[in-house]
Amino acid sequence: MSTVTATPKARSRGGRGPLASILLHGALITASLISLFPVVWLVLTSLKPRDGWLSSELEIFNRPSLDNYARVLGETEFPTWLLNSVLAAALTTVLGVFVASTTGYAISRFRFPGHRGVMWLLLVTQMFPVAILIVPLYNLMAGLGLLNQIPGLVIAYLTVAVPFCAWMMKSYFDTIPREIDQAGMVDGLTPFGTFWRVVLPLARPSLAVTAFYSFMTAWGEVAYATVFMSQEEKRTLGVGLQQFVGQHWSDWGLLTASAVLIAIPAAAVFLLVQRHLVTGLTAGATKS
Amino acid sequence: MAASTGPVPETAGGPDRAEGAGRAPARRGAEPGRIRLALTRHWYAWAMTTPVIVVVGVLVGWPLARGVYLSLTDATEANVGRTIGVNVIPATYKFVGLDNYLSILSSGLFWERLGWTVVWTAVCVGLHYGIGLALAMMLHRKVRGRSVYRVLLILPWAIPGFVSAFIWRYLFNSDFGVINAMLKAAGLGAVGWLDDPFTAKIAVIAVNVWLGVPFMMVALLGGLQSIPAELYEAAEVDGATPWQRFRHITVPGLRSVSSTVVLLGTIWTFNMFPIIYLITKGGPGHSSEILVTYAFREAFTGVRDYSGSATWGVLILALLVVLATVYRRALRRQGEVW
Repeated sequence: MSTVTATPKARSRGGRGPLASILLHGALITASLISLFPVVWLVLTSLKPRDGWLSSELEIFNRPSLDNYARVLGETEFPTWLLNSVLAAALTTVLGVFVASTTGYAISRFRFPGHRGVMWLLLVTQMFPVAILIVPLYNLMAGLGLLNQIPGLVIAYLTVAVPFCAWMMKSYFDTIPREIDQAGMVDGLTPFGTFWRVVLPLARPSLAVTAFYSFMTAWGEVAYATVFMSQEEKRTLGVGLQQFVGQHWSDWGLLTASAVLIAIPAAAVFLLVQRHLVTGLTAGATKS
Repeated sequence: MAASTGPVPETAGGPDRAEGAGRAPARRGAEPGRIRLALTRHWYAWAMTTPVIVVVGVLVGWPLARGVYLSLTDATEANVGRTIGVNVIPATYKFVGLDNYLSILSSGLFWERLGWTVVWTAVCVGLHYGIGLALAMMLHRKVRGRSVYRVLLILPWAIPGFVSAFIWRYLFNSDFGVINAMLKAAGLGAVGWLDDPFTAKIAVIAVNVWLGVPFMMVALLGGLQSIPAELYEAAEVDGATPWQRFRHITVPGLRSVSSTVVLLGTIWTFNMFPIIYLITKGGPGHSSEILVTYAFREAFTGVRDYSGSATWGVLILALLVVLATVYRRALRRQGEVW
């Protein structure tokens, strides 16, 4: 009986009927097109000649030109903003990953007094609207002398990035069996040694997500940067870019070209980590 | 469990037991040295969480307290203390109690904005989760070109939020935006997307869905991959239909991830500032303004109304705390405790 039913089922596990395959690919291609289109359009617009953005016509390849890029790099403060953004994002990523993983590990593994409090704090912090924090935070930063300082901005970004990252790391550590920790400790490692040498390497997919998220938080943030970095040469990309499409004057050519330049580092970081983004590393580790 | 680890500090030996062991002496209270005991037992955990607590406490806790205080005063740009050159102008605002709350809660504006914010959050999170889950399940299957699809589908996440907002504002532009160009090419009339309250709302929801789906997809795909394949194989051998497998293996297997991402998604969407601020600027009129953008506008346009803005902020925070508490209760009732 069971052998008879098993035969058709075996086929469905290996592959699908052609119709199902077409539907599946059709759905995925449609979704990919939707996700890709605005970005493609951005790149195409940026390659139009100066003022080419003023037409919606779909004839874009008429006179491709790098004019917009030349203007962004040569005639604006863009390189300075880029440097500031890179510094802030890199620092936020390194510190954010380290702090989030230790915190995540502690709340995943140890039941210590204040454990629930820490978890609540991490969750509640995510709910704070910028509107309520930004004025007092500005005063605080001014008092500490951290205005117009990249470290000040990095600390502000950490308060945004770390709670989420710690939360994500905690969820991931929860899926790593405790037997692995215990094995490490039986071998004579300290709790921190266990974390650093045994658990952290297993958590690479989650670390990648955390790093990516920290980077994107810093790279794409606007509100804090606008308020804290008022000096011309301290601006980050998110602040500077707003000048290109202001209230009274806008140049979408400059904006699209710089948007492409901003998206490149983001996409590069992304391609570096995406291999780790979704992998079944733990599943393998647990079984063996 | 703890005993078997021998010389290793007892802190981490048996994480499950440590709670009971750590609390017992604390309850006895008067026993000398219990702080020292707690220190030796828990210092690893504390040392690992301290940096977060300090940074978050100083940079969120203090401004929060200050914000709550401002909401009880009548502070505006005109009467807070300032230092202009060498002249120090003292603050003249005063404590007004709950007046700000009363006037906001009794105004129709608040409830109107709240209604739209709730619709915005529910529609966005529902679509994020539904589309994200569908895509994750498709990507979880053996599909040719899976890694290519994955990269393409995650792409909106890789673009900084403010850049996306600007791109979409350009796409929605009524005169030279490509969306209207396509509508015209298809023989339909151009739509003034951002000029009409209804279409403006559709536009911002569309952008936010485009932005938020990749995160849900990645998180849920991770969840799907952590479900052991053996469960599906066993179910297939037992003759379970695809729906039964989804209902009884996939859904329970995703519970932990889902509960986290839905809560986070709700909070983020509720507070989603840049999309609405950069695309519609809250307009036309106030029609697409959610609570957060309205509070920001109070604080940073015209005569800056710090106390009014702080009051809106406190109300938003209170709403979210209530939401999270109810959500957590509901989860716990179903046996999921965090």
